[in-house]
Amino acid sequence: MTPVTRITAMTIESALIEPFSNFAFMQRALIACVILSVGGAPLGFFMNQRRMALVSDAMSHAILPGVAAAFLIAGLGVWSLTIGGLVAGCLVALLSVFLSRHTKIKEDSVFTLLFLLSLTSGIVLLSLKGSNIDLLHMLFGDILAIDSEGLCFIAGVAIMTLYALAFIYRGLVLDCFDPDFLMASGRGRWTRQIFFMLFVINLVAAFQALGTLMALGLLLLPAIASGFWTRHINGAILLSVVIAIASSYAGLLISYHTNTPSGPVVVMVCGVVCLLSVMLGPRGSFLAGLKKE
Amino acid sequence: MSATESLISVRDLSVHYGNRHALQSVSGQFHAGSLTAVAGPNGSGKSTLLKTLAGVIRPSSGEITFAHGRRPQMAYLPQASHLLRDFPISVEEVVLTGYYPRLGEKRSIRDKHRAEARKALREVGLDGFSEREIGGLSGGEFQRVLFARVIVQNASVILLDEPFTAVDAETTSRLIKLLLKWHKEKRTVICVLHDLLLIQKYFPDSMVLQGKCLGSGHTHKMFEQKLLSFDLDMAELRTAGEDRDPSHAHHGHDH
Repeated sequence: MTPVTRITAMTIESALIEPFSNFAFMQRALIACVILSVGGAPLGFFMNQRRMALVSDAMSHAILPGVAAAFLIAGLGVWSLTIGGLVAGCLVALLSVFLSRHTKIKEDSVFTLLFLLSLTSGIVLLSLKGSNIDLLHMLFGDILAIDSEGLCFIAGVAIMTLYALAFIYRGLVLDCFDPDFLMASGRGRWTRQIFFMLFVINLVAAFQALGTLMALGLLLLPAIASGFWTRHINGAILLSVVIAIASSYAGLLISYHTNTPSGPVVVMVCGVVCLLSVMLGPRGSFLAGLKKE
Repeated sequence: MSATESLISVRDLSVHYGNRHALQSVSGQFHAGSLTAVAGPNGSGKSTLLKTLAGVIRPSSGEITFAHGRRPQMAYLPQASHLLRDFPISVEEVVLTGYYPRLGEKRSIRDKHRAEARKALREVGLDGFSEREIGGLSGGEFQRVLFARVIVQNASVILLDEPFTAVDAETTSRLIKLLLKWHKEKRTVICVLHDLLLIQKYFPDSMVLQGKCLGSGHTHKMFEQKLLSFDLDMAELRTAGEDRDPSHAHHGHDH
């Protein structure tokens, strides 16, 4: 090995690997992102296929008043925040169903209403007791501060998610593609409910790392991006996970080297990959459209 | 038709969507091995009746009873427009979803199921389409995929919701042959459709809906009674049905 190549190799190693080999908080952050990607990105794929990106946005913000209330009552504990987030997420989901069914409000208006109401009521609740730091923690998370308890929770959620997905997978595919056929089959009556419950739980898990404003990023953006690259469901789900993990790794590195906040950079990289996919991917992108013409 | 046993009986069936009445006190019978067209103008409740029979929606009131008190195995073909056509799934996988009612989540899809799916695709003229994505299919090809799924379900009752809408004449002719084959095999086929020519030519029995059941029985009688008529726009059925002497309306099969 020549001196130049040795220096280059060392530089690459110090740029790409050392931040994780030298710092435990970077390792934990990467592990958290990988676990969240494995459990959450497949859910994001199905959410996106159901044309429910807007709904998932509203749901991700819906957990804020719940975690804020839990924080006021029990402080920053993983389990109290989780329970608070779950309860609020489910309540908002039920409220949206009620408003859609029993009033003439349009569906996107329901989610705009609930999104803003959740966000603002959460902030007001936090302001009753918390400092600006608490508010920032809730809104943007702190992926570098994730502890072992938080990691265990995220891992538990991912394992449960994969297990449940394997159990409802065929029904879930039918529920997206042909819901009437699923209902006529006499099976899978709980598929949709289980799916939405899993989604809310994963949002709460992602909230621990990325905060309510960005929890959705790791779940949904890679799933949107994957649809522009592959034609097959299994490939699209797998690619969603790969994009989420790769974006997390790249985002954490960029944030480390540029001294910028990690969570937002991770989600920003997901967003850039998504945008590039929309523009350049071989399926339905801007470029693909130009080639057709 | 009364000589044969009634397989499915519908009594005073009503379905409401919120404040809207999709079906009002519909009664009728579908006999084992019959080939019945469910006709009526848009919004007359045809699809709602089929969905209720299939178990997709629950009736607000009334009841559906089955011969021997046991629900027969049913294959349901929904309107193609209600399916997510850009879902990233292959033709063969769509056909294989036909096994879901039998296999559920746990029992695995085996080679024999795949072989049956490919055979069904051959039967509808889609040999070699197995790996194609559904997003790239024409309307007629997609409808044939859905028929292949019905084939693998091997059900004694087949419910078809507007299977010939937006389908070219050649495909319609091919699918009609399948329908007649199922009829010959003594399967009970109930099909929602608009095309009066098809109804007159191929469907021995008909049920005419307009929110409520205007009549049902032999198709030629439905034409004789002007419940089905080439002179009438389907949208005029309501008036025609309401103008008729109620004593002439046949609720339930009468022959």
